[in-house]
Amino acid sequence: MTTEELKNIQSNLVVDARGTACPGPLLAAKKAIGEIESGEIMEILSADEGTKNDIPRWCDKIGHEYLGFYDEDSFSRLFLIKE
Amino acid sequence: MENTNEITMEMLQKQVDALTKKVGKLEKNRKDQLAIAVVSGDLDKVLAAMVISLAAAAMDTQVKLFFSFWSLSALRDPKKHPKGKDFISKMFGIMLPTGKDKLTLSNMNMGGMGPMMIKMLMKKQNVMSLDEMFKQAGELGVEITICEMSMGLMGFKAEEMIDYPHLRYAGAATFVADAGESAMQLFI
Repeated sequence: MTTEELKNIQSNLVVDARGTACPGPLLAAKKAIGEIESGEIMEILSADEGTKNDIPRWCDKIGHEYLGFYDEDSFSRLFLIKE
Repeated sequence: MENTNEITMEMLQKQVDALTKKVGKLEKNRKDQLAIAVVSGDLDKVLAAMVISLAAAAMDTQVKLFFSFWSLSALRDPKKHPKGKDFISKMFGIMLPTGKDKLTLSNMNMGGMGPMMIKMLMKKQNVMSLDEMFKQAGELGVEITICEMSMGLMGFKAEEMIDYPHLRYAGAATFVADAGESAMQLFI
């Protein structure tokens, strides 16, 4: 997905994991994913650079569809659709 | 003619049964499971073991940690004071770190300055503390097995170990069995 497309996404749940470093954002994502239904969109905010690599790997393994990310000033927004 | 046919079916059934058993065994051998032998009691190494464990648990991998030798210090609860130890056990108890907050670094320890600086940096960069990591590990179902033999060697008692939801005591064969069925095995 392009950044423009990502910016237009209405997420069902936003998980703010900016206050924690690796593996915090991944743990936050795992805990939060139970709160949404299959097919819904989760957005993760992370200030940890490694998260951009970790979340796609996590999605790959569990089966969620990773949509992509875009950078804000001091953090990134990552998007995925729950399996 | 019919008779030979029946025998063939029976043989086939036997072979299918044997193969099913074999496949079942193979599948069990490569479980989505991580087994780590945590032997080191250095702050940096226990940290590494816990970060990897948490990441694996977050990825729905079953994690089984086997704590032995120096790493047992990390599992001591400083608030607990067991009674009835003999002299050598008492000496060991005094010389070894009382809990995860007292662990030293394998490098650049500098008489305690190193760990202090690392903990300061961890806080500044929002890295979870070891305490927090153990709490999270407990919530995620990370299993900890304490080496019974090491407990005896170091003179530690079960009463002085931390309260952890998935804690058990066992021997080396338990780690070997856990490692054998895991897709990943590490030694730290």
